[in-house]
Amino acid sequence: MSSVLSSGTQPVRIEQDVVLARQVVRKAAIDCGLRLIDQTKLVTAASELARNTVVYGGGGDMDWAILEDGLRKGVRLLFRDEGPGIADLKLAMTDGWTSGGGLGLGLTGAKRLVNEFELDTAPGAGTRITITRWT
Amino acid sequence: MERIPILRMGNFLLVTIQVDMHDQLALTLQDDLSERINATSARGVLLDISALDMVDSFIGRMIGTISGLSRIMDAHTVLVGMQPAVAITLVELGMNLPGVLTALDVERGMKLLRDRVASE
Ligand SMILES: Nc1ncnc2c1ncn2[C@@H]1O[C@H](COP(=O)(O)OP(=O)(O)O)[C@@H](O)[C@H]1O
Ligand SMILES: [Mg+2]
Repeated sequence: MSSVLSSGTQPVRIEQDVVLARQVVRKAAIDCGLRLIDQTKLVTAASELARNTVVYGGGGDMDWAILEDGLRKGVRLLFRDEGPGIADLKLAMTDGWTSGGGLGLGLTGAKRLVNEFELDTAPGAGTRITITRWT
Repeated sequence: MERIPILRMGNFLLVTIQVDMHDQLALTLQDDLSERINATSARGVLLDISALDMVDSFIGRMIGTISGLSRIMDAHTVLVGMQPAVAITLVELGMNLPGVLTALDVERGMKLLRDRVASE
């Protein structure tokens, strides 16, 4: 069982919030003691998911937490919105697929950059994505 | 409106990105640069990203677009100073910026540009 050392919530409503979310995640990653390369991976994944929350989810929030689990520590992020949800998850999780004008690397790329990736969505029921990066 | 400054150095344009860019700012830079290349007939662009602590797919795409756009306008773009952690992350994200010239620092980037232009 992991315990929460600190936590908070960052609104992710407009484009500028994506920048704020990156900064909040960077700080949490440093406080958690993640190595520079792992900080960078987590911040980059967060940037992708925060942008999706704004662009496709119609805005939402990012919950963050620094966790302790025995000897390891980690940062867990939850991106949640009440938007349209993702109808075809398999398609959305394909490298290069976008329903908008993106590169289609946000979801798949974010998944590659973290240790844990969980996606919970349904048409009309919003989207919740949890990612975790451990030390 | 907030803008990223573009400096002219002879034949070349120098852009040093010193802020954590939101998406609109990146798009504005793209547009400003194409205008400036056109207006100054610049032969090269140095894009210094040494201050950036992350490059995601949006900024990565901006870099690729600037590079491609400058080629069409008979100029070269050299990407300068990408931090190693940023480079590794970008590849894992799935972006490898094909065709984008890179250099370790502005001085080397400048030399690369001069050599390119001289060989044409
Ligand atoms: N929060 C979300 N709400 C609804 N749809 C989403 C959300 N996040 C991602 N998607 C869908 O998944 C697709 C792939 O996302 P992504 O991999 O980030 O690529 P891109 O942002 O370039 O389109 C998006 O084009 C969109 O259709
Ligand atoms: Mg995306």
